[in-house]
Amino acid sequence: MNLGTRKILDNSFTAVGMGSIVVMALALLAVLTPIVYNGVGAVFFTGTIEHRTILYKEYGRGDAKTIETQTATAERYRGEAYRMLSDFEAEMEGMPFEASSRYRSQYAQVRAAMSSLLGPLPGDPTPMLTRFQYGQTRWEKAEEKLHEILYEKKWDYSDPTVMAKAFYVPRAEAFAGTMLAPLFGYLDRHLADMMQPEFTVYWGFFTDRSLDAHIFGGIWPEIQGTFFLAIGAMLFAFPLGVIAAVYFTEYAKEGFFTSILRSANSTLAGVPSIVFGLFGLAFFINTMKVSESKSVLAGSLTLAIMILPTIIRAAEEAILSVPKTYKEASLGLGSTKWNTIATVILPAALPGIITGGIISLGRAAGETAPIIFTAAVSVGSAIGIADVFSSPTPALSWNIYNLASEHEMACEIRHVQYGMVLSLVSIVLLLNLSAILLRAKISQKLKG
Amino acid sequence: MQMRAEHKESAAKGSATATRDIYIPSERVAVSGGGTPHVVAKDFSIYYGDFEAVKKVNAEILSKYVTAIIGPSGCGKSTFLRAINRMNDLIPSCHTSGILRFDGEDIYGKLTDEVLLRKKIGMVFQKPNPFPKSIFDNIAYGPRLHGMNDRKQLEEIVEKSLRKAALWDEVSDRLERNALGLSGGQQQRLCVARTLAVEPEILLLDEPTSALDPKATAKIEDLIQELRGSYTIMIVTHNMQQASRVSDYTMFFYEGVLVEYAQTAQLFTNPKDRMTEDYITGRFS
Repeated sequence: MNLGTRKILDNSFTAVGMGSIVVMALALLAVLTPIVYNGVGAVFFTGTIEHRTILYKEYGRGDAKTIETQTATAERYRGEAYRMLSDFEAEMEGMPFEASSRYRSQYAQVRAAMSSLLGPLPGDPTPMLTRFQYGQTRWEKAEEKLHEILYEKKWDYSDPTVMAKAFYVPRAEAFAGTMLAPLFGYLDRHLADMMQPEFTVYWGFFTDRSLDAHIFGGIWPEIQGTFFLAIGAMLFAFPLGVIAAVYFTEYAKEGFFTSILRSANSTLAGVPSIVFGLFGLAFFINTMKVSESKSVLAGSLTLAIMILPTIIRAAEEAILSVPKTYKEASLGLGSTKWNTIATVILPAALPGIITGGIISLGRAAGETAPIIFTAAVSVGSAIGIADVFSSPTPALSWNIYNLASEHEMACEIRHVQYGMVLSLVSIVLLLNLSAILLRAKISQKLKG
Repeated sequence: MQMRAEHKESAAKGSATATRDIYIPSERVAVSGGGTPHVVAKDFSIYYGDFEAVKKVNAEILSKYVTAIIGPSGCGKSTFLRAINRMNDLIPSCHTSGILRFDGEDIYGKLTDEVLLRKKIGMVFQKPNPFPKSIFDNIAYGPRLHGMNDRKQLEEIVEKSLRKAALWDEVSDRLERNALGLSGGQQQRLCVARTLAVEPEILLLDEPTSALDPKATAKIEDLIQELRGSYTIMIVTHNMQQASRVSDYTMFFYEGVLVEYAQTAQLFTNPKDRMTEDYITGRFS
């Protein structure tokens, strides 16, 4: 091959390599940007007086005086709207049946949307569920509700060959000439007065319990549950994994039995996590009966089995990369095999072992499938450390799935879901970062 | 195979403490209390699987003297050295036949505790291999292993060992620094000091200077001269000048056979075997 061709090949390979890295970086950016943007929105947002009221009433935080004055102002503006509603209701009473029935269903929609925006209307009984006891806590959601009040959503079926198209009709037209007509303009003008929006930093998102299945409040039970499960898994898997790795590298004689063990370990690493989940249910809960039903203990054990092969592999690699000369030196000084492993080989292999461990910890924190049947519940409060043997716990990974697919008001609380995703990604990233730093620190110490 | 008449002769005299009436290289003096057989090999062979790496060696290594082992690559000299403190146990396929005795005890006997044996027969390896710990902890590693935990005593041992290895003056102010920060030559002397700290009777040096520059090599050779008379020293070397400079006796191995074993001056000036002569004159290597 002549020099020109070689250079062209070299350069084109460089270009392809750079290209693939750029594509990867862009993909990462495309994934992370919405997560970060929306996740941050769970903590930094424009909150309404309703948010402040909840914080004050349910969590005992906030300044009573400010909230009182703001509530008073808001109530003054809301009172006007409430008056228009009751005026219209009185008007409807006076109408002939045919006339009033024309308005009845539309008015019910308006009333429901008003109640959703501002909380229970005067004269309504206090609702059972917390979610109906308060109005909109976030400004952008309040604006959405306002839109719902102002416009009626209709569907255009005129062209049967395409999907029906949505279009919006102002409700003001439907109620023209009634006492309700001014309400729409009034709400549009005075939304801010009624909701008292204020830029809010809600750190409590990470430390508060959730209210009424995440409709309000924070995600502390999930964060805590995730830590319990991941650390629990580590407590079982790390010592076992290191011991197994020492056995493989230092004690096992190469032979049929060892190669069977090794391939069993590799196979275990490739088993899909949902299989581990079912195994955990069948073995730890149904057979071993480590707990009555789902529990942190059962979940941790299942996760431990799942991450064990990774830890064994990492530890094995780390031990094998310790120079043979250390071992010779130690044995040459009259050290026993066990002493050599404990005082020379393991300390030198520590950076690699710890890296493997922390990466596995991150994986345990992020896995969903193994804990579905063994540990996770969708709604629950934070559990005490003594309850880990018997109680299930909410966990980030499972609750993200739950909010995305099973929650009855999922679309109302997307910000909570994004907040959870951001928290989980941050926890895993932080764990990996700490692994890198710890590794660097220990290697530095070993190098001198 | 050459046996050494003078050794048999002196063994007949039977005195362990008297200065032995043997030929010593001109500038050297006989060491007191030395000259008794410290390691004895009888028809001793070492195999890697089916391959016989060392073939039926018969020899006596004399106490307190320096014995060099020379020979071309792959002649079994390192294998023989490593057999003495059973470092070959690390190689699964390695096994032995014949007898190898240390102070009358069978090194490969069923009841021999190889850990205790290695405490008495220390070894320094080809590549300096300090642990990734502080200088102090490196030296104290052996004594700690054998149950010494008193800080004061450990400090004494560390100083004594470093002084013996001629390293004390260079590192006394930085004992807590990581040993991997030392130069290659210093690291090797540290390894010698580390071995001396467990107070061995025999010091096995496996090509201790092959990874070092000439200056560091000279220091290690000086060190061997210092230690001569206090320890039985065996050194494997590729460097024939080094063998002639530092040793009292020299063994020449060729293809696993101990071809000639004699006083160094005699082996280098008047080799009895043709093969030895060819090797030391550089006709093959």
